[in-house]
Amino acid sequence: MVKIGVLGLQGAVREHVQAIEAAGAVAIIVKHAEQLKELEGLVLPGGESTTMQRLIDRYGMMEPLRQFAADGKPIFGTCAGLILLAKNVIGQQTPHIGVMDVIVERNSFGRQVDSFEIPLSIKNMGENFPAIFIRAPHIVTVGPNVEVLANYDGRVVLAKDGQFLGCSFHPELTEDQRIMAYFVQMVEQSVLTILAKR
Amino acid sequence: MTNQTATDRVKRGMAEMQKGGVIMDVINAEQAKIAEEAGAVAVMALERVPSDIRAAGGVARMADPRIVEEVMSAVSIPVMAKARIGHIVEARVLEAMGVDYIDESEVLTPADEEYHLLKSDYKVPFVCGCRDLGEATRRIGEGASMLRTKGEPGTGNIVEAVRHIRQVNAQVRKVANMTPDELMTEAKILGAPYEFLLEINRLGRLPVVNFAAGGVATPADAALMMELGADGVFVGSGIFKSENPAKFAKAIVEATTHYKDYKLIAEISKELGVPMKGIEISRLNPQDRMQERGW
Repeated sequence: MVKIGVLGLQGAVREHVQAIEAAGAVAIIVKHAEQLKELEGLVLPGGESTTMQRLIDRYGMMEPLRQFAADGKPIFGTCAGLILLAKNVIGQQTPHIGVMDVIVERNSFGRQVDSFEIPLSIKNMGENFPAIFIRAPHIVTVGPNVEVLANYDGRVVLAKDGQFLGCSFHPELTEDQRIMAYFVQMVEQSVLTILAKR
Repeated sequence: MTNQTATDRVKRGMAEMQKGGVIMDVINAEQAKIAEEAGAVAVMALERVPSDIRAAGGVARMADPRIVEEVMSAVSIPVMAKARIGHIVEARVLEAMGVDYIDESEVLTPADEEYHLLKSDYKVPFVCGCRDLGEATRRIGEGASMLRTKGEPGTGNIVEAVRHIRQVNAQVRKVANMTPDELMTEAKILGAPYEFLLEINRLGRLPVVNFAAGGVATPADAALMMELGADGVFVGSGIFKSENPAKFAKAIVEATTHYKDYKLIAEISKELGVPMKGIEISRLNPQDRMQERGW
């Protein structure tokens, strides 16, 4: 079984751990940079992106996270996690981890009273995925090698850029494990690829 | 297919995103920015912090909407605000202003001593205080999407918040281990809506997030509440009544994230200055206990 970490500084950590275990992988809550070494994939959970950015900086996790990405290991960001992954965030001078070739806009569906859920169809995964958007960001522009996996209302809300998967909504708040199963497959595939290169 | 707003998953989910974080009371834009900078997951916009409400006496109401607006435009993290228990119009006004969460709070003077708000009627989600599982499930029954301990606000004394989190969690454990034929009697004893005891029995936990509140005065207090099973922490008077609010706020956030890292808590607790003086609960007149407000 592959080992997948969930960044555990703040946010919906427990739900991702349960989803990873249900998808047949080992889940580890990551609170310190050293823990990244033993992992084959990483989930950046939903939470408050401003808070998570500050905590990552304060605990010296930024460089280790970038190194994790540079090693070719898969990272899946949901909501706040997508904001951390994006190469550009509208209204923010510098990106955060900044490894996924997308531009995102924060809170782009409005405040909490405008938060909503909707059944989405997702490329390669199927129909009727219950997508929960909470003060959600969306992907404004994608780079040339980014595969768009889902749209809502003309906006990109799920995309894959090689080893990176980014999502506006919160699959961890539902019982539907299809997106996590897809990510676990990405991690399993990457383990084989990294082994083959050695 | 049109989208659905204000579903339970959307309202409760918002609180799920706050887990492991600290929500700080602020009274203006400047404090809100300090809180955001320190790593708060949300701020609670108020006219006065609980210890000042306690000192001032008189009727405590919803904050001046100008303060709420000022805070909302100062930060990008969610903004919460308090409405009086049962005050339908204060809650509607805050909802209309677009605040992200309303605290139907015993810190303010209740507007209704019999009825709490029917929170399921609103698009905006609510957080409510509770001292035991009966109170917790009654609030969920009315539509609260998040809970917190009542503690004893504005005292800087953690003892009541500890009592409340232990009580709720012990009762959750008990209900989780009951056989289905025992649940109706337990509902009667607790004064709890039966359907939520069924849900707790099935899930093995509360169906909503439960934060600590009411008396958190130091980083060690915040860590203690996490240790006892709180999902996160509200800090009211403690931060901006301390000598160095920015440093104090950061220390509370770090202690909440790393609540089992005692060396770290020792480190960040150094030279924080004098914490708020605090009040011994038995010295408080029964009529001054905010936790007795609501039912």
